[in-house]
Amino acid sequence: MRARCLFAILLLLLAACDGVQDERQVVRFWALGSEGEAIAKLIPIFEREHPDIRVELQTVPWTAAHAKLLTAYAGGVLPDVSQVGNTWIAEMAALGALEPLDARVAATPGIEVADYFPGIWQTNVVDGTLYGLPWYVDTHVLFYRRDLLARAGVKRPPQTLDELRRALAAIRRLDGGRHYGMYVPTNEFQPLMVLGLQGGEPLLRDGGRYGNFRSRDFGRALTYYKALFDDGLAPPISNQEISNVYDEFARGYFAFYLTGPWNVEQFNTRLPPAMRGRWATTPMVGLTGPGNSTAGGSSLVLLRTAHAKTAAWTLMAWLSRPDIQAAFHGVSGDLPPRRSVWARGAIAGDPRMVAFASQLEHVRPAPPVPEWERIAELIMLAGQRVARGERSVAAAQAELDQETDRLLERRRWLLARAEARP
Amino acid sequence: MNGAATRGRAGSWAGLWFVSPAMAFIIVFFFIPAIVSLGLSLTTFDIYALSDFGNVRFVGLANYERLFATPLFWKALGNTFYFVVLGAPLSVALSLAAALLVNAPAARFKGFYRALFFAPFVTTLVATAVIWRYLLHTRYGLVNEMLGLAGLGPVDWLGNPSASMPAIVLFSVWKNFGYAMMLLLAGLQTIPRDLYEAARIDGAGSWQQFRHVTLPGIAPVLLVVTIMTVANYFQLFAEPYVMTQGEPAQSTVSILYLMFEQGFKWWDLGFASTVAFVLFVIMLAVSLAQLALARRQGAV
Amino acid sequence: MRRIIGPLLINTALAALGLFVLLPMLWMLAVSFMQPGEAASYPPPLVPSHPTLANYTALFARGGMSRYLVNSFLFATAATALSLTFNVAAGYAFAKLHFPGRDMLFRLLLAGLVVPAQVGMLALFLMLKQMGLVNSYAGALVPWLASIFGIFIVRQYALSVPGELIEAGRLDGASELRIFWSIVLPMLRPVLVTLGLFTFVANWNDFLWPLIILSDDGRYTLPVALAAMSREHVQDAELMMAGAVVTIAPVLILFIIAQRQYVAGLTAGGVKG
Repeated sequence: MRARCLFAILLLLLAACDGVQDERQVVRFWALGSEGEAIAKLIPIFEREHPDIRVELQTVPWTAAHAKLLTAYAGGVLPDVSQVGNTWIAEMAALGALEPLDARVAATPGIEVADYFPGIWQTNVVDGTLYGLPWYVDTHVLFYRRDLLARAGVKRPPQTLDELRRALAAIRRLDGGRHYGMYVPTNEFQPLMVLGLQGGEPLLRDGGRYGNFRSRDFGRALTYYKALFDDGLAPPISNQEISNVYDEFARGYFAFYLTGPWNVEQFNTRLPPAMRGRWATTPMVGLTGPGNSTAGGSSLVLLRTAHAKTAAWTLMAWLSRPDIQAAFHGVSGDLPPRRSVWARGAIAGDPRMVAFASQLEHVRPAPPVPEWERIAELIMLAGQRVARGERSVAAAQAELDQETDRLLERRRWLLARAEARP
Repeated sequence: MNGAATRGRAGSWAGLWFVSPAMAFIIVFFFIPAIVSLGLSLTTFDIYALSDFGNVRFVGLANYERLFATPLFWKALGNTFYFVVLGAPLSVALSLAAALLVNAPAARFKGFYRALFFAPFVTTLVATAVIWRYLLHTRYGLVNEMLGLAGLGPVDWLGNPSASMPAIVLFSVWKNFGYAMMLLLAGLQTIPRDLYEAARIDGAGSWQQFRHVTLPGIAPVLLVVTIMTVANYFQLFAEPYVMTQGEPAQSTVSILYLMFEQGFKWWDLGFASTVAFVLFVIMLAVSLAQLALARRQGAV
Repeated sequence: MRRIIGPLLINTALAALGLFVLLPMLWMLAVSFMQPGEAASYPPPLVPSHPTLANYTALFARGGMSRYLVNSFLFATAATALSLTFNVAAGYAFAKLHFPGRDMLFRLLLAGLVVPAQVGMLALFLMLKQMGLVNSYAGALVPWLASIFGIFIVRQYALSVPGELIEAGRLDGASELRIFWSIVLPMLRPVLVTLGLFTFVANWNDFLWPLIILSDDGRYTLPVALAAMSREHVQDAELMMAGAVVTIAPVLILFIIAQRQYVAGLTAGGVKG
């Protein structure tokens, strides 16, 4: 009898935990990775300015975010507002998960479309409809150890891919081979993808229906990537094996690192004080001069299944305010997508941001297909295979095209069906 | 007569009442989903189907054709078999050795060792996988440190595709051997001491005692333990998920890991169900084969 | 001489095996008290130089560990209660009560043991979505309502309940429910304890299903939270070890206290084959 009472109480407890009543409207907001920690500092300000709205923030790790969003979609438990990588917008729009934003943007005076970097704004438009609000932009540039480069006899940061190779080799010769030239995590697709963006050929062809990885440009990229490992310029490790990137950078385990603006803040906080002034950033290098890089970044999206859409939009509009964007940059190091915010003091005065400012003039977006995440994984695997010597460059290119074409079969079927309809 | 018949009927109704809630739950939440999964494997049910059901096509065995034409499937199959062939005998052997050691008359602190050897089985897999990931670190891990003390070079456990599976086997054996050990220990303790005495008097040495007294005595338990261990190792999933994410070079992608990725990472449910069904068929075949083998050897 | 070597070898082997088993857990404990960054150095340290509680405070203050701990306790307790409620009655009935289709149903259950639990997970997820149970505590508990293994070990044990006692109860005119409650259940106490312990531990350690079904990180159990943390904080070994200690400790302590009962039920089922 007593056991049954306890059991009943337990069930009631569990049920009670599920629903906590509150007078204010609740906006469920998912932020990803370090942005989640950063925005947590600004949310109280929003709630003070809008006392009738409460924000429930959940931070989702980047490594799990894409799967978690899809799972939440499948399970019908998406939040109201979410940060998403802008390469995922095509996919989520294809699923019908996102609310179109054109009308809301037009009705909100604070959001001036002309103020945004046009290339970035376009990544949020699918088939002529706007589905996301750019929240921050990022792109990949080279972070490097100035002191190691100087000691290796390299007078200025490399400007072309060949110069980069020579600089890496010079660093490798220092101190009896104690330093690797560059850290290229073998389980990330970005390094190989960035190399693949140099030159004019796209990664997919025919409106995103087929892979284009047998192009000369991508062949050149894959060869360069392979040589980094074959010549011992990069350690053949994944980001799970590095243990701590910041400690290793400070120890001089590697000198160059292709990464994004969030690491400016991370480097500032996590590197030991002795490292201050010993590192810098420089734009990505290309074939004959400055190179292309990713047009990355995150957007804010409003989910179709959201309950309090107006309150949710209020949050999104607030986060797009120039002063709030400047404050967000201050806590996260992420780059604002609005030009007017760039002109403000904090960013304009930071020497390490110069590389990013100039890089943003040379960015190319990822192909806007819903299958992009899976294609990115295939690119990463192709890179791994050539790095390990399991495939020649030509064989890897052919295999990558084959796998991509198979992946895009569904897309071709859906597009053909849509075209067949009157 | 009448009383017995009434008792029989009363017993039968009560019995049904007693089992029906549990049976209902198991049928609804276990068997039916398994059957539905089989059905899903005959369609192109993916994430687009969740937004528009019209996107679903019935494709018969096309998913199976696609699966058998996917190189990653064969790699996962190979990885899984490698894991089973390497890990299951090791695990059973260690369990048997541990049981024999603990059961030996000369062993001290039996209770302590018994509990200690079983303890890893009780620990949370995720937590211990995280621990072992650090232990197996190439530069900062204890395993390589101890190899170094023995004069052996460091092994790139989680970075070298040839070493990654053995790394996971090492961890898995550490985690699981205690459970089988307990079962074998119970089996060993049912063998009467007099049989050993009799054998010793007949002049049998330790090895012969083991072959002719111990092994026949625990044959049924050994069979159960072997089938269980093999079945368990076929379901390798959490270790790759926590320790390696299928890396390096997809050398630790197991069948179940492949199913999880296809199903819950990419939401290609039709395809994932195909993998699940193939796994089920394989496990069924292996279990039946083991039973047949045992029957032929007279163990059952 | 032989009388010394034999026991010496045996006990040395036991000690070596014991070290193999114990070392990872001791290392986990040691690292959890190390300063952040201390463990990732060469050669790897075995003992913290300046022990600190910083990792634990970080976990509980900023990591939300207390919430996950509570969730794990709630889930494991609820699963144990459910399991005891539904599995015991069924196990007893399969052992002692005769009803039409009993043997066929039991063979069906045994067949189910061959089916890996993960095969139906995808379909089960979609089913629960239709029922609106995704991301809920109830949804996470659905697979724990009844288990084939639980029914199996209860039945195995219940077979040893003397039939005469049940007959005597019937002769006295007692209903089957009353017989079960007053006569059989007290005799089943050992297997109830075993089943309870086993379910508690299995649920506490369960990882895959909560990972899939729970979306709000406020509802995560310890294993799921730890897995998420391990991907994000791969560099913070000391923090992760502290998390591992918090995850393992309660169940390990429970096992140490109740090891006899925990093992008894498992071995009873296994030996009889």
